[in-house]
Amino acid sequence: MAVRDYIRQRFFPHLWCPGCGHGIVMNGLIRAIDHMAIPKNDIVMVSGIGCSSRITGYVDVHTLHTLHGRALAFAAGVKLSRPELRVIVPMGDGDALSIGGNHFIHAARRNMDITAIVMNNRIYGMTGGQFSPLSGSGTQASTAPFGNIDPAFDVVSLAKAAGAGFVARSTTYHVTEMIDLLKQAISHRGFSVVEILSQCPTYFGKHNGMESAVDMMENFRKNTKSLGKIPEGYSEDKVLRGVFVNENRPEYCQEYERIIASAMKGET
Amino acid sequence: MKKILKDIRINKAWCKGCGICVHFCPGKVLEMDENDKANARYPELCICCMMCELRCPDLAIEVISDDESTDEVSS
Ligand SMILES: Cc1ncc(C[n+]2csc(CCOP(=O)(O)OP(=O)(O)O)c2C)c(N)n1
Ligand code: SF4
Ligand code: SF4
Ligand code: SF4
Repeated sequence: MAVRDYIRQRFFPHLWCPGCGHGIVMNGLIRAIDHMAIPKNDIVMVSGIGCSSRITGYVDVHTLHTLHGRALAFAAGVKLSRPELRVIVPMGDGDALSIGGNHFIHAARRNMDITAIVMNNRIYGMTGGQFSPLSGSGTQASTAPFGNIDPAFDVVSLAKAAGAGFVARSTTYHVTEMIDLLKQAISHRGFSVVEILSQCPTYFGKHNGMESAVDMMENFRKNTKSLGKIPEGYSEDKVLRGVFVNENRPEYCQEYERIIASAMKGET
Repeated sequence: MKKILKDIRINKAWCKGCGICVHFCPGKVLEMDENDKANARYPELCICCMMCELRCPDLAIEVISDDESTDEVSS
């Protein structure tokens, strides 16, 4: 299908700022869904609140635009009631890991078949550029004019430690890789996390000496490295991209069905 | 198979002039026009890599090539 068949054209041009990386994530997600030929009716996209979360207004699948930080809780409800549907949850870094941090780790631990996408722009875009748990020490934000003290979470390590079955990372510069990882994540039976480094030129860029979306994407290009291309003894301080975890662990909805089946037989 | 360009369509009403497509185009095909919208200035240099289309945050650019049906990206 054409890209325009996956969007609600009446809401375009969309509200994201010029060069906002969230548009590139939406673009990639549409391609991933199209390549996989998943019928639109089989997809439920659930988001919270934030610039990133506006994606559910634009993509023409079943969508729920819910509460800040709580998208995974709503998504879990949808998935448990209709396990045959594909549930995709795009989140901002604040949404996923500040207010939504507990939902995130427990969703990963349960390993319910949901695809979580962390659109990581390292800042609260929607509310004016406050620092987030992904900003990292030394960065500037509207609430850290002299520099942020807090170190950042590593989304990949966090998701891995919490038990997610599939964990990957890419950026808005590396679009073909991003599409491939999204396809793998959506196909994976279990809780999948794809962190996508995304640019907020309006706040993160302005506060941190990167004037444009292009500068920020150049930064993704120069300062990240594919896992597959790391030579032995590699010690450079670059952000790694690729698939970090891909394991089949018992999936929550299947286990739930199993318990129902055995309880119905009178077994305990 | 080598792709042959048929058209580069730019939706000027959706383009926000971010310059991402222009900056990263390997063939230097694109430029910004006088209204700060993307413009396909040298289509003959296009290698149909699709990168501009895939990296556009505004879904404003579409590259149509002759093997569209077998293209990795359908649009
Ligand atoms: C319960 C609640 N607390 C706070 C807010 C205010 N709020 C809206 S969006 C947001 C953070 C947005 O940042 P992020 O999730 O990183 O997404 P981005 O806008 O950067 O894409 C906050 C704090 C809210 N809407 N609801
Ligand atoms: S404020 Fe930042 S995250 Fe929000 S739309 Fe603008 S560039 Fe994107
Ligand atoms: S990437 Fe898209 S929005 Fe940006 S200048 Fe090119 S066509 Fe316009
Ligand atoms: S398809 Fe590739 S070569 Fe052609 S205009 Fe787009 S980025 Fe440039």
